[in-house]
This record gives sequence, C-alpha cells and structure tokens, in this order.
Amino acid sequence: MTAEAWKIVFFTIEVSALSTLLILPIGIAVAWLIARRDWPGKAVVETVAMLPLFVPPVATGLLLLMFFGRRGPLGSVLQRGLGIEIVFTWRAVVLACAVMSFPLLVRTAQSAFQEVNTRFEDVARTLGANEWRVFGTISLPLAMRGIVAGAVLAFARAMGEFGATAVVAGMIPRKTMTISLSIYQNVQLGRDSAALPLLFVSVVIVFITVLCGQIISMCKHPR
Amino acid sequence: MKTRIFSLLFSVLIAASSSAAELTVHAAASLTDALKEIGAAYEKESRDKVQFNFGASSMLARQIEEGAPADLFFSADEAKMDALEKKNLLLPGTRRSLLSNLLVIVVPADASSAPKSAADLAKPEFKKIALAEPATVPVGIYAREYLQKLGLWDAVKEKIVPTENVRGTLAAVESGNVDTGIVYKTDSLISQKIKIAVEISAAEGPNISYPVAVLKASKQPERATKFAEYLAGPKARSIFAKFGFIVTR
Repeated sequence: MTAEAWKIVFFTIEVSALSTLLILPIGIAVAWLIARRDWPGKAVVETVAMLPLFVPPVATGLLLLMFFGRRGPLGSVLQRGLGIEIVFTWRAVVLACAVMSFPLLVRTAQSAFQEVNTRFEDVARTLGANEWRVFGTISLPLAMRGIVAGAVLAFARAMGEFGATAVVAGMIPRKTMTISLSIYQNVQLGRDSAALPLLFVSVVIVFITVLCGQIISMCKHPR
Repeated sequence: MKTRIFSLLFSVLIAASSSAAELTVHAAASLTDALKEIGAAYEKESRDKVQFNFGASSMLARQIEEGAPADLFFSADEAKMDALEKKNLLLPGTRRSLLSNLLVIVVPADASSAPKSAADLAKPEFKKIALAEPATVPVGIYAREYLQKLGLWDAVKEKIVPTENVRGTLAAVESGNVDTGIVYKTDSLISQKIKIAVEISAAEGPNISYPVAVLKASKQPERATKFAEYLAGPKARSIFAKFGFIVTR
C-alpha cells in the first residue's frame, strides 16, 4: 500500500474517533433522558434521533450542506462569527460521521440504561444521593458496557460513512478523502488495483471493531 | 375470449418490437439540456424512443467498458473515445466529432469579487475553486492542462474542490460554497445564479472536441446509426448552436 493510502486510512480513523468522542456526551444524555424520564415530545425526539439510520445518507448530506453551507443558517454564522468553515473541509467529514453514527450510540446506550435495575437507583436515593450522584455512581457505571459497545458501533459506522460525506465534504485529495470515498473514486477511475488494499484494510479494521463491540456487550454484568 | 386476448397481446408485442426501438445514449453531462431537446425532437420525427444517461464521460466510458447496455456514446473529449476504440468497443465507421466548446471561469451571481484573468485564481482571496475531477473528467483535464500551460497549476491545485462532473461544479458555484469554478461556456449559459468572470478564447484555451459513436454492443445498430446521423444533421446542429456549442461539422 502506498504512503498516500496509509494517510487515507489514518485520516479515516482520526475523523471516526473524533466524531465518536463528539457525540458521546450528548448521546449519553439523550439515551438517559429517553430511558429514564417521561417528557412531552419524547417519542418525537426518539424518532428524530433514529432518522439518520433510515433517511438516505445522501439526503442527510444535502440537509447538512444546506444548514452548514456558506449561505446556510448555521454555516454563515460560523463563517462570519468564528471564521470556521465547515463544508468541503475535514470538519464536514467529522460532522457527517457524527450525524450518521448518532442513532447507533443512542439506541445501544438507551437499552443499556433500561437494563439497569431501578431498585439500585432508588436505594441510592433513599440513602440521600441527589440525581446527579445517582447517575454518576449507579446508572452510568452499570450501563457503561452498553455505552462502550454503542460507541464502538458508532465508530465502526463512521469508518464506513460515504453518502453524507460525499455530499457535504466532497472528495478532496489529502483533505476530505476517506477510505470509502477513495474506494469509490478509484473504482470510478478504473483503478481497481488501488481500491483493493483499502477495501482489505477497511474490512479488517471494522471486523476487529465490531468484534470488540460484540464481546463487550456479551459480557454480562454481575448483578 | 382468452385466446383472443392472447393473440391481441401477441400482435401488440410483435408490432412493438418491429416498429419502435428504444435507444440508450451515454452522453457527457455538459450535453444534458441540448440533447434532451434534440431527443424530444427526434422522438417526434421517428418512432424511436431515446433514453439518456448523463454523467462524466470518464464514468460513462468506464460503464461501457464494463458492459453497460448502451447504443451510443457521446463524449466530451477524444481521449475517452480513443480508449473505447482501442478496446474495439465502437462500431467501425460511426465515430465522428461534432462539437466544440469554450472554458469559462464563473463566480456566484452575487459574488463581491471575481477573477479578472486565469492568473487571478492564484490570489489568496479565491480559497476554493470547484473543478470536475482533474485527473479523469474531460472538463477537469481541459482546465488543468490549460492552467499547466500557463504555469498556474501548482499555485491553484491545493484549492481545487473536485466534483463528479461539470454540472457538479456548476452547482457548487451556484450554492456559493466555493469562490469560483471552471465550467464549459454552455453550462454557464443555462444558470441564472452564476456569472461569467473570464471567458477563455478558443485560440488561447484547450482544443475541446465532442465525438459521438455507435457502440459495437448495440443490439439495434441501424437505429443507433440513424440517430447518430440525426445528431450531425441540420435540426440537431441548430439546437446545439442555440445552447452555445460550436458546431464543427
């Protein structure tokens, strides 16, 4: 494999890891709110959080392009206010990966919270712990395996992200080129021999990642 | 009753197969609007239907090499046609070059600053330049070779946002997500949301040529040849000219 191809691999790992870290806090919060609280509009938020799984990725990419483009409502503010440009930069790759992998994290973390026995939480409350303390010392540690498994799945999903990324980040050599984009482009250009090593590496990485996720989620907690 | 329906159905099928053919044409994205109009005119005159598959000529050539079912190929450069000819995929004697075009540098219609020459593309105020993939897509290659000839390529190549085809470039400039882009003059003429900043003259710019050919894999070569001839005929020429193409023969 060429040095250029290795750079593409490391870039993809970097943006996938970064996007997973970015969605972790908000994903955990949303998952907990869905699993443990009743509030108006909950079903709607739950559905919206699932949407990127089912909406065509290219359509999600178009939405992001419209919002974060130089003339979009968010993009123009970021550009003028902070001088941060999103579309057609590496940030757009992270954004697309984050949005596309968000549902997997929330879904997995949510069922992890739901599996935590509420009696432990109630016991902590009767002993005088406030809600933050209950969350930090009981709910979060007990749901940790599920959350980690969700993060692993989100990372694996980000590694393979294609449709939304292609639309919002383009396929710019050395700037936004990920493994998936590079494979697609090489095939389009008739350079199958350049696509094959990337194909192999991406399968290996995702296989290891998903396998780790399976092992983590299979290990049952001592209750 | 049943037999009557079947015989009716049968005769309809026979009639359909003998009279109206459906042609599939792989054509360069820049030809989209002109060919749609020509296709509609042709469908009125003949009984054949014309189905277009528009995209980057490089992608279409690749699809043809992989056995995509198509009757004609209308490329935006000679190199793609050469490659197919070398692989013996063209019907001999049907290839001919019909059109030429010009390159233009375009900016969003409301842009506050625009390049005054190709050399201005190197200026720092133009941070992102949209261009069809410059390694393979014809318009990208034409533009790259032109900028290389001027000694500008190294100064601009880091600013290139590659798109899938020329219409992708046009869309990127229209959206304002890039500062400028290079397209064919004919593409710039169909959009209200962009304006031409620099027109590169035929003498100065690359030699752009659009060849068409019937493909060997066509199952209806006579019909396909007929449409290829129509494309070179007076009606089609006037439509191409209307859309700003330079008709070369």
